Amino acid sequence: MSNAPKAAIAPPFPGIVGNAIVWIDARFPLVKLYKDQVGEYYAPKNFNIWYYFGALATLILVMQIVTGIFLTMNYKPDAKFAFASVEYIMRDVSWGWLIRYMHSTGASMFFLVVYLHMMRGLMYGSYRKPRELLWVFGCMIYLVLMAEAFFGYLLPWGQMSYWGAQVIINLFAAVPIIGEDLAVWIRGDFSVSDVTLNRFFALHVIALPLVLLGLVAAHLVALHEVGSNNPDGIEINKDIDPKTGTPRDGIPFHPYYTVKDAVGVVVFLAVFSAIVFFAPEMGGYFLEAPNFIQADPLKTPEHIAPVWYFTPFYAMLRAVPSMFGSQFPGVAVMGAATLILFLLPWLDRGKVRSVRYRGPIYKRFLTAFVISFLVLGYLGVVPTTVWGQLPKGLPLIGGGDVATIVARVLTAVYFAFFILMPWYTKVDKEKPEPERVTF
Amino acid sequence: MTAIVLNQVDPKKRRFLIVASSVVGAGAAVAVAVPFVASMFPSARAVAAGAPVPVDLDKIEPGQLLTVEFRGAPHWVIKRTPEMVARLDKHDALLADSKSDSSKQPEYAKNPARSIKPEVFVARGVCTHLGCSPTFRKEIGAADLGADWPGGFFCPCHQSKFDMSGRVFAGMPAPSNLDIPPYKFLSDTSLLIGDDSKGA
Repeated sequence: MSNAPKAAIAPPFPGIVGNAIVWIDARFPLVKLYKDQVGEYYAPKNFNIWYYFGALATLILVMQIVTGIFLTMNYKPDAKFAFASVEYIMRDVSWGWLIRYMHSTGASMFFLVVYLHMMRGLMYGSYRKPRELLWVFGCMIYLVLMAEAFFGYLLPWGQMSYWGAQVIINLFAAVPIIGEDLAVWIRGDFSVSDVTLNRFFALHVIALPLVLLGLVAAHLVALHEVGSNNPDGIEINKDIDPKTGTPRDGIPFHPYYTVKDAVGVVVFLAVFSAIVFFAPEMGGYFLEAPNFIQADPLKTPEHIAPVWYFTPFYAMLRAVPSMFGSQFPGVAVMGAATLILFLLPWLDRGKVRSVRYRGPIYKRFLTAFVISFLVLGYLGVVPTTVWGQLPKGLPLIGGGDVATIVARVLTAVYFAFFILMPWYTKVDKEKPEPERVTF
Repeated sequence: MTAIVLNQVDPKKRRFLIVASSVVGAGAAVAVAVPFVASMFPSARAVAAGAPVPVDLDKIEPGQLLTVEFRGAPHWVIKRTPEMVARLDKHDALLADSKSDSSKQPEYAKNPARSIKPEVFVARGVCTHLGCSPTFRKEIGAADLGADWPGGFFCPCHQSKFDMSGRVFAGMPAPSNLDIPPYKFLSDTSLLIGDDSKGA
């Protein structure tokens, strides 16, 4: 940034609007911001369907903030009144049911869209140099989003809210030495109580949304600094048209991608509305049945499972047996499964970025990784007894629930994808990248 | 007034000032953070809410479980039948910690029955895994728990199994036996959970 005197610009439009823009631009870089970020931000011209999810995530973020603000107008963060105030929103507040279902459906759709967005980055190598920080900001957004969802889930003060929070906070109690004190500090009480509800409300409605907005801003600034990757994983800035000075394979974000994203938004809103109006509980996956019963600290529901977007990690937690008289290993594995994402840019030694030009070994590892994530997600929803038991006394594994053994194998596959990446991306037989983007 | 000229800058002095002011600033930031972090610990009211709870044993039938709330957590009082007590030492080999060496209980409850009197069992009804409250499954050989199920407690969250004195079976997610709170008998038919002081 320099504060050298600016040359006067010609009004972009005739009349009062044009003159107003000139006036503002002498005091605030309005036209420059617009050009840099939208009008002359060149994005690769070969974006496919996977490139909708960043814009959709932004849309959901705005929707969650707006519906959230309106929910706080009627919600009471008090263990005595919270459950009833949510029912009040559902029954008595005009259109309250719509606002609440938009918010609860929005939470699940946020994760769906973010998982697809991350899958895109994974497939096309969007985390590779120079986009490492872009990826790291994205991982931080994902972590904050998980915390935001967890805090929000306690607020209706139903049975699942209560016992879900109880289990997750006790994960921290498993940390050696300081664990117990840490859990008490998080709860502010010796068990989950009104105090916990009150502080989770504060974190959910103000602290984490602020952090989230900051991280999203950093994510976008980093993106617009390095430019978007594309399904071919090649840099469009290597081929600049000398006449125009812009990338030959790039098109301005506006109007090309604003129009394309608008189509995605319409399709998304159609799906979203169908869920909000016809299946807001989504068969117990978006809103779990025990959460329609008020929290009872003395009685755990018969079958307790987290909301679907946490279940892959929850299945890992359950699969790891306690060792040395502590359940910390399971907690550590679960934590490592999310944190290892951050290391991805430095684990990949491949020459090409996109899965299109990767060799057969990488493709097998990626397929195994996706399958393990999806099956773990399924196993986290169901009881461990779902696939029956192995006969006792088998060599090595010695019997037990089939689902637990499968979850252990899939946890190993999940980690193998990352830990073995420096090896298999290096030895893999890759195909040559094209000079120009393809469709 | 003298103008600042670049070659008059003493880099050593400048670095000292930058480091010194940064360290003092960071110290001040930590000091300011202390009250905020401390405000999140249990308040005086939350600490005071943990008063001992009296339980009247006359209300409980043999084989029945009574749940009372103490420090916000469920606590169980069970009148064990003679058959329940007799079965307690039949499955030591299946338990992870049959002698309760690495579990939490007062010294007077460190025995196979994990109680002062074998026929009265008092425990904190919170799974030592991740804090769910196990369910009371006293029926022997329950269909979903296996033919060798001796009766005890089953945690719905992560399927940990405990016997009738809260001892965890081997290979379960729960790392130790259920906690036994401090308690004492006030008379033959009443006890006090949360206080085991002598006298009074």
